[in-house]
Amino acid sequence: MTMMTGAEIVIRCLQEEKVEYIFGYPGGAVLHLYDALFKQDQIKHVLVRHEQAAVHAADGLARSTNRVGVALVTSGPGATNAVTGIATAYMDSIPLVIISGQVPTEYIGQDAFQECDTVGITRPCVKHNFLVSDVRDLAVTLKKAFYIANSGRPGPVVVDIPKDITAAKCKFEYPETIQMRSYNPVVKGHLGQIKKAVHLLLEAKRPMLYTGGGVILSNGSEQLTRLARRLGFPITNTLMGLGSYPATDRQFLGMPGMHGTVEANLAMQHCDVLLAIGARFDDRVIGNPTNFTSIPRKIIHIDIDPSSISKRVKVDVPIVGNVPDVLEEMLKLLDASDAKPDAEVLADWWKQIEEWRAKQCMKYRMKKNIIMPQYVIEKLYEVTAGQAIVTSDVGQHQMWAAQYYKFEQPRRWLNSGGLGTMGVGLPYAMGAALANPTMQIACVTGEGSIQMCIQELSTAKQFRLPIKIINLNNRYLGMVRQWQEMFYGSRYAESYMDSLPDFVKLAEAYGHVGIRVERPEDVEAALHKAFVEHKDDLVFIDFITDQKANVFPMVAAGKGLADMILAEDL
Amino acid sequence: MRHIISVLLENEAGALSRVAGLFSARGYNIETLTVAPTEDVSLSRLTIVTSGTDAVIEQITKQLNKLIDVIKVVDLSEAAHIERELMLLKVRATGKDREELKRLADIFRGHIIDVTESTYVIELTASGAKLDSFIKTIDAGLILETVRTGVSGIGRGERILKV
Repeated sequence: MTMMTGAEIVIRCLQEEKVEYIFGYPGGAVLHLYDALFKQDQIKHVLVRHEQAAVHAADGLARSTNRVGVALVTSGPGATNAVTGIATAYMDSIPLVIISGQVPTEYIGQDAFQECDTVGITRPCVKHNFLVSDVRDLAVTLKKAFYIANSGRPGPVVVDIPKDITAAKCKFEYPETIQMRSYNPVVKGHLGQIKKAVHLLLEAKRPMLYTGGGVILSNGSEQLTRLARRLGFPITNTLMGLGSYPATDRQFLGMPGMHGTVEANLAMQHCDVLLAIGARFDDRVIGNPTNFTSIPRKIIHIDIDPSSISKRVKVDVPIVGNVPDVLEEMLKLLDASDAKPDAEVLADWWKQIEEWRAKQCMKYRMKKNIIMPQYVIEKLYEVTAGQAIVTSDVGQHQMWAAQYYKFEQPRRWLNSGGLGTMGVGLPYAMGAALANPTMQIACVTGEGSIQMCIQELSTAKQFRLPIKIINLNNRYLGMVRQWQEMFYGSRYAESYMDSLPDFVKLAEAYGHVGIRVERPEDVEAALHKAFVEHKDDLVFIDFITDQKANVFPMVAAGKGLADMILAEDL
Repeated sequence: MRHIISVLLENEAGALSRVAGLFSARGYNIETLTVAPTEDVSLSRLTIVTSGTDAVIEQITKQLNKLIDVIKVVDLSEAAHIERELMLLKVRATGKDREELKRLADIFRGHIIDVTESTYVIELTASGAKLDSFIKTIDAGLILETVRTGVSGIGRGERILKV
């Protein structure tokens, strides 16, 4: 075996893990690593303009595929800039490996140039992290990092490597598998519990399926779709779970929660058996937990992370396991028993749901000379034939994209649901575009969010990423403005953005195509131009939209799910 | 309710701060926390005294188990167990107090392990509650320093926490 430097070992490990792209930014502490990268051509490095975007882009790649995203940053500010990206991935359980440079071992603790306690700073927002103290531990540490990131409930793992470790030499040996006595995620669910769950489901009078991001992360949407169809039950997908069940299907009730549909929220509230799958009863989903639990219903909860179960809401039948494995077991039991839900009872429940659905809570009024933001998303859905990968930032545009773009497949909708990080949209689109070169990529954003990572227009130019930026420009931080209008007596404190850049010129300055659209009748043509005529270009479409449009329905923070404010109420 | 949670974790740099950080990040209460390596030096044994509702304690054990460095977690207070804490108490011991302090230390089965003309150091090993009552028994004005290790605990009989 030949001797290799630590830097060469890191690159070899990444090659062994079949990493195709890494997103990063060089600096003093990672120069050995960049030198080793330079000497090979298997892994392509994407040079971002800010480390936050490196992590988001790796995250976008991971969300849109089933692979671990990898980012490489330098010590000190490189690592601290990455923290927002890491925390974003952690909240949504996205598998990432972040390699950070560290000052040489002998300098640690000396307040050296560009030194920070990366392991300490990232500890609360990673699944796990490592500080490598010996070059002989490097390969096995990276193996562990990839294994931990992508197994069990996935999450980001930081590997902090002091500069001297990347220069030191040792023999390279990459373990094929890894065993850790302290980490053995459960895969199979408890059969007795699964039987109990199936029994409850078959006996249910008003059943409801409520599924979250865990279904997508575990690649369980095929099993979920089979189970839902087999049972004929209504189903809702959370913001993080959109696409795990086809949105155009009759059984799909739309998204639940703060901006969920009437039918999804009322069915969640009034069901007698709730099957929660890879979802975590988030405050934005169930509203006030006291109100939610005041209504008697049986809850079955499937999740790979035991700490997600009975965290906010007490559960009757907990099932710890990997979603597709547990659902396969359920389907097997259903097949074997030949039992079916009572069709008559179920028909009554559906009748009730159809009454709720008939309210058409998502209807909005078009205005003559002003573009309604919802309309832009509807047209985006049409022009892309519902087949695009859609990323979003955070705010009103995010909710409209989630409400009006009907996702048919998993891994097509990328957004920061947990941390709610503005600025993710463009870097997510970069990661998705690189990993899915044949797909249409749309980044739905607003004039507030897009400016939080606008510098990445430069990266997108360098790597020729044909992203279509759908900027819903209402000259307000829209969601803040909406809350101020509704709960703060319309005192719009700092939610109006003056002195916005000319986004068309800005796009052009970065070498892209810019289009401004101000009239409703031009929306479709502009989208067409972007997706067809400029198929291979990055196109920034600045839609000047209605300033007063609000997201409805809305459950105010702390209220119960049935307590919805509808557009028609105002 | 008060619970004593025992944890086996990898004896690695930073492992303890993961546990301590978890408690502060999630707003769990720590009364005492003790840690030391076991007979197998690659393992540390940690004892945490905490309090909370059943739901909170369930979350604490689940969240602890979720930490990658944690190997096993057990709520000792769920069944028969023993808890002990060591205290070193430095007291002003002059005049008639010398005799009284000696007598109290004997009653509580403590030992005087350092003696000067004006001070004693009393060593006492007992449950946390018993240490509390010893402190209460002594005239507060005489106490110069109190050093407590925090609770260590172990299950009774065949109840064993091992890898």
